[in-house]
Amino acid sequence: MEAFTTHTGRAVPLRRSNVDTDQIIPAHWLKKVTRDGFEDGLFEAWRKDPEFVLNQERHKGATVLVAGPDFGTGSSREHAVWALQNYGFKAVISSRFADIFRGNSLKNGLLTVVLPQETVEELQRLAETDPTAEVTVDLVARQVRAEGVTAGFELDENARWRLLEGLDDISLTLREEPAIAAFEANRPSFTPRTVVV
Amino acid sequence: MGRTLAEKVWDDHVVRRAEGEPDLLFIDLHLLHEVTSPQAFDGLRKAGRRVRRTDLTIATEDHNTPTLDIDKPIADPVSRTQLETLRKNCAEFGVRLHPLGDVEQGVVHVVGPQLGLTQPGMTVVCGDSHTSTHGAFGALAFGIGTSQVEHVLATQTLPLAPFKTMAITVDGELPDGVTAKDLILAIIAKIGTGGGQGYVLEYRGSAIEKLSMEARMTVCNMSIEAGARAGMIAPDKTTFDYLQGRDHAPRDEDWDAAVAYWKTLHTDDDAVFDAEVVIDAAALTPFVTWGTNPGQGAPLSSQVPDPASYDDASERLAAEKALEYMGLTAGQPLREIGVDTVFVGSCTNGRIEDLRSAASILDGRSVADGVRMLVVPGSVRVALQAVAEGLDKVFTAAGAEWRHAGCSMCLGMNPDQLAPGERSASTSNRNFEGRQGKGGRTHLVSPQVAAATAVLGHLASPADLSDAAVATPAGV
Ligand code: SF4
Repeated sequence: MEAFTTHTGRAVPLRRSNVDTDQIIPAHWLKKVTRDGFEDGLFEAWRKDPEFVLNQERHKGATVLVAGPDFGTGSSREHAVWALQNYGFKAVISSRFADIFRGNSLKNGLLTVVLPQETVEELQRLAETDPTAEVTVDLVARQVRAEGVTAGFELDENARWRLLEGLDDISLTLREEPAIAAFEANRPSFTPRTVVV
Repeated sequence: MGRTLAEKVWDDHVVRRAEGEPDLLFIDLHLLHEVTSPQAFDGLRKAGRRVRRTDLTIATEDHNTPTLDIDKPIADPVSRTQLETLRKNCAEFGVRLHPLGDVEQGVVHVVGPQLGLTQPGMTVVCGDSHTSTHGAFGALAFGIGTSQVEHVLATQTLPLAPFKTMAITVDGELPDGVTAKDLILAIIAKIGTGGGQGYVLEYRGSAIEKLSMEARMTVCNMSIEAGARAGMIAPDKTTFDYLQGRDHAPRDEDWDAAVAYWKTLHTDDDAVFDAEVVIDAAALTPFVTWGTNPGQGAPLSSQVPDPASYDDASERLAAEKALEYMGLTAGQPLREIGVDTVFVGSCTNGRIEDLRSAASILDGRSVADGVRMLVVPGSVRVALQAVAEGLDKVFTAAGAEWRHAGCSMCLGMNPDQLAPGERSASTSNRNFEGRQGKGGRTHLVSPQVAAATAVLGHLASPADLSDAAVATPAGV
């Protein structure tokens, strides 16, 4: 995983609440067996509309998505995160994320930042009035900065450390091998096994 | 202080706990399917890792599988590749797989319980959000992303952040004709699609205790639609009776030891929930959705709501957008909404009791002209049971299509889809834009409402049929 320290880029406002992962990446894209090439599927249905915010010339190349509340609800598909990353997004800002989506994004190095709804709207207004305005998402200082906006955000220390270091969860867990083996040795005999009976 | 059911199961699975870090939890059962696993296996291969516990892992094919002509090669090359990739991966890594055509194949959340693999007090994961279904057994079961699938394959554990607990107490008696599906749709409409965020929900109270195992699975299945991490129901005699004798259920002394443990799996009287919601079962009526998320639902007897009636600006906007997408107008009686398609199936309502209840309504009646009805059993075993009971004949005699097991129109990854603008009454769990096919419009309903809707051609409950408005066709 690529480390995330701080990122500065232009923002694009997505003024919709409850954007579910079916909207982020429709099911028919889930047939792919790789982790890349999902950029064209991102918000596929909405992108058919030339007025859709991602289609607007002035927002081309934006890397920070400023979304409405309850972003990433629904299906657990990690493809939603890959699609956002493949498209070029480095961070998503919203007042509330669905749990699974948030977990998936942090595992892939896509920073999801929770800010109060008023601040989110402020950033959306800023991006709408001045599409060239830059937004800085600073994980070191745990701060989002833009013209007229300085807002701190929370992220648990462990997730932050992994992101800052770009650490892969599996190798970290494999260091716990003795603890896992000890746990396994103590499992009750009635717990089921999938071997054919 | 006492602990809740969810806390007990959690505590019993902690492999390692350290200050400032998420707990490392052991995973008892890992379910796989073709959609969210290929990139995980690929990751293992690249890192030279193996599957740590193939004996706690099982795979089935469901999302892409066709429901017609299953003996022919799959027409869509991309679907075929995904299924072939799963077969190749399972063979290479030694994972048990039930492929299309196998007698144990079916929707992953139907297969686990029917094999007896899902048991109380377990941790169950799957790269699929409706893993919450397994919580009906008092298991802590939740959906995970592909990176986590890879993590569980490699380590049989997951580092997990703590959760909050919410009690959803449903007391009283569900009125006749009101099902588990109506109950969960009403719960989601009440707490909202984000209301369960960060919580494990525990459904409790006399109305929940009276539900069958299958009905409990319907309730827990949709916990994720309220944004919850998981949903759970404390195991009791209903749970034990369901499990006893199943392929993977414990036997002999193991059974006695298991039951003794399972009986400890309930929330202590002095435990405290972080949040509580109370629902009066007796006040419920058949419930349907009118919008584009499962929280946008209302009693069937009511009208399409007026977006202007919402105080919250984002809810108002969401309702406006939903009505536009759904092609509905505020104030329209829900009963007057005509449908083109009726879908009975999915991991929410594709089990044998669901098929029985839909069949009991269709028996001697016929699907309305111009309506297409698809009945897709949740698994091959469910299909065989339905055939043994003659339910398939009831469906086909009524003019419905009896299909092969799989996810089918629940998400339209196979050819079973809505055409743009088409409207369905569906027993599945998601009414998102385009979920059942691009431009398709979905109303979530119970199997009973689905069947009555098929007969009348508009959203309806079985009560609408009781005046014998539908004549029995000659010769039936
Ligand atoms: S039936 Fe629907 S909800 Fe259930 S696993 Fe299949 S696609 Fe997902």
